[in-house]
Amino acid sequence: MLSRVANSIYWMARYLERAENIARFVDVNLHLMLDSTVESKEQWEPLVIISGDYDDFKERYGVATKDNVINFLTFDRDNPNSIISSVIYARENARTVREVISSEMWAEVNKFYLILLDAENSGEALDTPYDFYNQIKMQSHLFIGNTDTTMSHGEAWHFDQLGRLLERADKTSRILDAKYFLLLPRVEDVGTPIDNIGWAALLNSASAFEMYRKKFRRIVPSDVARFLILDLEFPRSIRYCLLKAQISLHEITGNDIGTFQNKAERRLGRLRSDLDYANIDEIISLGLHEFLDGFQTKLNEVGDAIFDTFFSLRRADQDSDMKEVSQ
Amino acid sequence: MDFDSYDPGKFYDELFESKGKPRPGTKILIDRLSSFPKQEILERQKAAEAALFNMGVTFTVYSDESGIEKIFPFDILPRIVEPQDWAHIEKGLKQRIYALNLFINDVYNDQKIIKDGIIPKDILYSSKCIQPKCEGLNPPKGIWCHITGSDLVRDKDGVFYVLEDNLRCPSGVSYVLENRQVLKRTFPLVFEKSNILPVDDYPDRLSRMLQYLAPSNVESPKIALLTPGIYNSAYFEHSFLAQQTGIELVEGNDLVVKDGFVYMRTTKGFEKVDVIYRRIDDDFLDPKAFNPDSLLGVPGIMEAYKSGRVALANAPGTGVADDKVVYAYVPKIIKYYLGEDPVLPNVPTYVCWEDKDREYVLNNLDKLVVKPANESGGYGLLMGTYASVKQRAEFAEKIKENPRNYIAQPTLSLSRVPVIVDDDHFEGRHVDLRPYILYGEDIYVMPGGLTRVALKKGSLVVNSSQGGGSKDTWVLSDLPK
Repeated sequence: MLSRVANSIYWMARYLERAENIARFVDVNLHLMLDSTVESKEQWEPLVIISGDYDDFKERYGVATKDNVINFLTFDRDNPNSIISSVIYARENARTVREVISSEMWAEVNKFYLILLDAENSGEALDTPYDFYNQIKMQSHLFIGNTDTTMSHGEAWHFDQLGRLLERADKTSRILDAKYFLLLPRVEDVGTPIDNIGWAALLNSASAFEMYRKKFRRIVPSDVARFLILDLEFPRSIRYCLLKAQISLHEITGNDIGTFQNKAERRLGRLRSDLDYANIDEIISLGLHEFLDGFQTKLNEVGDAIFDTFFSLRRADQDSDMKEVSQ
Repeated sequence: MDFDSYDPGKFYDELFESKGKPRPGTKILIDRLSSFPKQEILERQKAAEAALFNMGVTFTVYSDESGIEKIFPFDILPRIVEPQDWAHIEKGLKQRIYALNLFINDVYNDQKIIKDGIIPKDILYSSKCIQPKCEGLNPPKGIWCHITGSDLVRDKDGVFYVLEDNLRCPSGVSYVLENRQVLKRTFPLVFEKSNILPVDDYPDRLSRMLQYLAPSNVESPKIALLTPGIYNSAYFEHSFLAQQTGIELVEGNDLVVKDGFVYMRTTKGFEKVDVIYRRIDDDFLDPKAFNPDSLLGVPGIMEAYKSGRVALANAPGTGVADDKVVYAYVPKIIKYYLGEDPVLPNVPTYVCWEDKDREYVLNNLDKLVVKPANESGGYGLLMGTYASVKQRAEFAEKIKENPRNYIAQPTLSLSRVPVIVDDDHFEGRHVDLRPYILYGEDIYVMPGGLTRVALKKGSLVVNSSQGGGSKDTWVLSDLPK
C-alpha cells in the first residue's frame, strides 16, 4: 500500500488511542479525588508530568489545579496531546485515507470529533465529567470495534493495529509510572496491601480491576505492576500490546517472528524479548520509574524505525541497523 | 404537511402542472408527503442532514473563516424527471459528447473544422484552456473526455437547454450517490412503489471505463485517482470515488516517473500505475509540461502519457471546449461532425467577440446575463436584470476592453421544485441539473444527476460556493416494475 496511506492509518489509530488514554488518566484522578485525602495539586500535577508537556503547561497555566489540568488535557487546542487535538489529528489522518478505511470507521471518527466540538462549545461536559470521559472511552471502543469487524484484516488493518498497540503500551506505562509515584512513595511498602482505594482506581483507569481480581485477588502494588507490565492475556498490559504489535509488524513484512529483515522488526523483537524474560521483583528493585522511563525511550525508537522502514521509503541497504547480522 | 397553498405561479414546476395538480409521475410522492404531519417531515429532513453530516459529506468553503468544512445543504424533496424527458436528455447528451470528443481530437490534430471555416482559428487559440502541448496527441482509444458533467436548465416553456459542458474535472457525482442513499432511508415506501432508475452502479461503470483505457499489454491494470489533497474542496468526492471503485487514491507526491513509467511509493517499494483518473487541473498536472510552480502534480507524467505508458482521464486539453465562446459554436460542431441537428439546444448565446452580437449585448445589458469565458462556479458574472446602472456601466467597459472574454445570454426563468421553507411550508426554488456522462467502450449517461437548487428566495444562482443546495434526482422509468 502507499507509504503515505500506511503512515496516516498508523497515526489515526495512535491518536485515537491517545485520546482514549488521556480520558483514562483524567477519569482515574477524578475518581481518586472523591476518596482521597491527597492535596489537589499533588494529585493533578503528575498527570501533566507524564503527558510530557509539563513545560508548556507551566508556562501557560501556572498552578496545576484540577480545572487547569483538565482543560489542558481535554480541550486545549494548543496542547498537541490534548484529547481534542488528538481527535482532530486522528480525523485529519482518517480524512486522507477515507477510501481505505470502511465508511463505518470514518463515521465513528467523525462522530468522535463532533462529540468533542459539541462539548467544547457547550462547556457542559465537565458538569458531568464521569459521563463525558466515559463517552470518550466508549467512542474509542466503537471505533476499534468497527475497525475489527468492518475492515479486512490485511496490511492496512495491521498498520492500524501497530499504531494502536504501540500507543497503548506507551500509555499504560505512563499510567503506571504516574500512579506508582503518587501512591507509593516508600520502597519498603512494596508488596504490602496499602491504599487499596488508590490502587483499585489505578487498575480501573486501565479497565483492569476485574481482570486483575480474577488473577490475584488481593491488591498488592507489585502484583498490579506485574499485571500491567507483564500479563500475557490482558489487552492493555504492555507485554500483550508488544506481542500483538509484533504479530502485525510481521504480517506486514511477511517475515517470520524471531527473525528480522529491518530495524523495526529488530527493535520491536528485542524489546518484546526483554519483557518475555523480565521479572517483576527485579524491575522493582532496580526502580520501576527507571524501568518505565527506559521502556518509553526504547518504544520511541521502535516508532522511529517504523517510520524509516515503511513511511519514508528508504531501503534496507541504507539502514545502519541492518549492518548488524540478521538472523 | 400539505401542498394546498403551494402555487407554482408563472414558473415551470418540476413536480406540479399547476396549483393542486401534481405531474403524473409525482403523485405517489406528493400523496405520501401530504399524509405526513409537519413534524414528521421536519424530523425526516433533520435525520437526512444528520446522516450526511455523520458520513462527512462535506465540501470546503474558502471564504468562510469559521470552519473549512460544511455539508452541502440538502432538501429531502426530490426532483423528478419523467421518462420521456429523460429519453430526450440522454439522446441529446450522447450526441453532444460524441461530437465534442471528435471536435477536441480535431483541434489537436488535423484542424479540419478550422480549415472548413466553421470556427475561426483566433477563437480557439485565444482560449485560455487550449493546450499547445497536446498537439498531435492520440489518447488511448481516441477518447479525450471520459467524464463529463453537463449543466442543463429548463426554461419556463419546459424546454431543456445545455448551459455548459464541464469537460475538465466535473465534480458532484458523489453527492448524487450519497443523496440517493439518504433518500432511500427517508422515503422507503415511495421507492418501493415507484419505478426509479438506479444510480448506484456509477462507481462500477467508472471503474470499467478506466480499465478500458489501460495499455493493452497490461493484464490487470493498476488504477489511481490523483487528488490535489485534503484541502481541495472536492476531496470528499475523490476519496469517496476511490473507496467505491476500489482504486488507489494518490497525491502528486505519491507518484514518481522513472524510466518513462509512472510508479507509486508503497510500503513495499515502487509499484507501476497504468491508468490515472486525475482530479487536478491541466495546469497543475505536470510542472515539466505546464505550470512549473505546481507542487500538486507529477513531474514527467505528460511524457509518460504521450508515450502511451500511462492513460489519463480526462485527457489534458479538453478545456478548450469548456470555453464559453467555443460553447456557442457547439450546435455548429454537432452539425459539422455528425450531420445532425442538436437534440438538446444551447441557451441562445451572444458572443461579444463578434461586432453584431456585442452591439446587441451592450444595448440590452438589463435583459442579459453576461459571463466571462473561462470562469466556473458562478464567479465574475453580471445578472443584468438585477444589477444597478453603475454595475452595468462598469461591465460594459470590461466587455469593450476584452470582448473575447465575454458572452451573454438571456435571463432564463429556471424551472422550480418545492423545498421546505422555515420549517413550515413548501415554496418553489429554482434548479438546474447536472447529469454525468462516461465515455469508454460506449457512452453512458447516469440516469439522474445532481439537481442543484438556489435556496435563497428568487435566486437563480445554484452554485454550492454561493449558497446553493442539492436534491436527489429521480428519473422515472415507464417500464413495468
